[in-house]
Amino acid sequence: MVILITTIVITVIGIVVGAGLVFTGKKFFVPVDEREAAVRECLPGNNCGACGYAGCDAMAAAIVSGEAPVNGCPVGGNPVAEKIGGIMGKDAELLERQVAFVRCKGTCEHTRRQGNYVGITDCRAAALGGVNVGECDYGCMGLGSCAAVCPQNAIQMVDGVAVVDPRKCVACGLCVKTCPKGLIELVPESKHVIVQCRNRDKGPLVKKVCSAGCIGCSLCVKQCEFDAIHMEGSLAKVTYENCTQCGKCAEKCPAKVITRPLAASGKTE
Amino acid sequence: MKSLILIMISGALINNVVLNQFLGICSFLGVSKQMKASASLGVAVIFVLTIASAVASILYDLVLKPFNLDFMKTIVFILVIAALVQIVEMFLKKTSPAIYKALGIYLPLITTNCAVLGVALTNVQNGYNFIECVLSGFGTAVGYTLAIVLLAGIRSRIREEDLPAPLRGAPIVLISAALMSIAFMGFSGLSF
Repeated sequence: MVILITTIVITVIGIVVGAGLVFTGKKFFVPVDEREAAVRECLPGNNCGACGYAGCDAMAAAIVSGEAPVNGCPVGGNPVAEKIGGIMGKDAELLERQVAFVRCKGTCEHTRRQGNYVGITDCRAAALGGVNVGECDYGCMGLGSCAAVCPQNAIQMVDGVAVVDPRKCVACGLCVKTCPKGLIELVPESKHVIVQCRNRDKGPLVKKVCSAGCIGCSLCVKQCEFDAIHMEGSLAKVTYENCTQCGKCAEKCPAKVITRPLAASGKTE
Repeated sequence: MKSLILIMISGALINNVVLNQFLGICSFLGVSKQMKASASLGVAVIFVLTIASAVASILYDLVLKPFNLDFMKTIVFILVIAALVQIVEMFLKKTSPAIYKALGIYLPLITTNCAVLGVALTNVQNGYNFIECVLSGFGTAVGYTLAIVLLAGIRSRIREEDLPAPLRGAPIVLISAALMSIAFMGFSGLSF
């Protein structure tokens, strides 16, 4: 008897609750943006939270509201970003894969070390103590903190300077955050004309410490027909959106600090 | 009147749900990393616990008691609270998107918080009537919010300290929570 009553009561409660849910679901239905549902369909749906949002639903809402980039899903990568880009009507240009690039050319042949650094082998630790390792205040310290944090092992220390392998790079941005000198930036994969120096000092000072540094002569700015390279103080900087990869600036650069496009040199320098 | 105030204060401080009854520890430790997140979780808990206590009380008095189904209260409460949170969520999404956004993911998360179920069960065990249940639920939730916001504040300070390596991360958080619990034991001497 007890079992019977229990079953009946619980079943009734269950039905009432279920009906209540259905009713409220219908009554308080909020029309979702069509694009949001479509974007949600494209996302992997494992709610990993790697994008920084609470789940794929929240991510879809953020993408539609323009808060998150279309390629914000690190799991889905490019294929997913392309699909979402199609839904959102964003230019394929914006979706281009980015790779990390180390903006320093100060290898052993171009610059020298200040002395023998014997502290902790970590750029951040050295920077904290005001140590520069190399002579250039702005250049790569060569202690390999970026290589240590790279989850893809895409960064190698070559001749005292970090070099990113663009094929392995997934543009996670960990190295960008790690570098105490702010040397690493994410660059669209197809852009090969990059000023590979961050030294903001005036020409003579730069020449003193490194033979491959930007001396701020602004020859490159005069060469450019597309308004794609500008001086920031005494340091040239490429505006990637305008750059057509013609490579004229790289040809003229007296310090050869601007990397050249693939077509002109056969390889990126 | 005095007993009602007493129920609230007892729920918030003396029988603090986290630090004295050790319920809802998971979200207490999990969400207290940031002050903002813990505050919104606290508000969501206040919201849900008050409503859940009210509904649980009605259900117990009108359905479970007359049918002598006292032993089924755990299952029924789980069922009803889960559905209730869902309904409240839908209701909020439609009527006040601002609140819905502020509570965010924490509203559905609370469905599985044992503090909510625990309070509903303790209420009926203590034989509270409807108003007492609501106030007890509200007081308990305020106590939860107090505890989690305090811990979030402590954690934000701990982060900047230079701790011995073995204590970094979870251990120091557990030690802080334990110390908070001991501190809250002081409230048990509170009398009126």
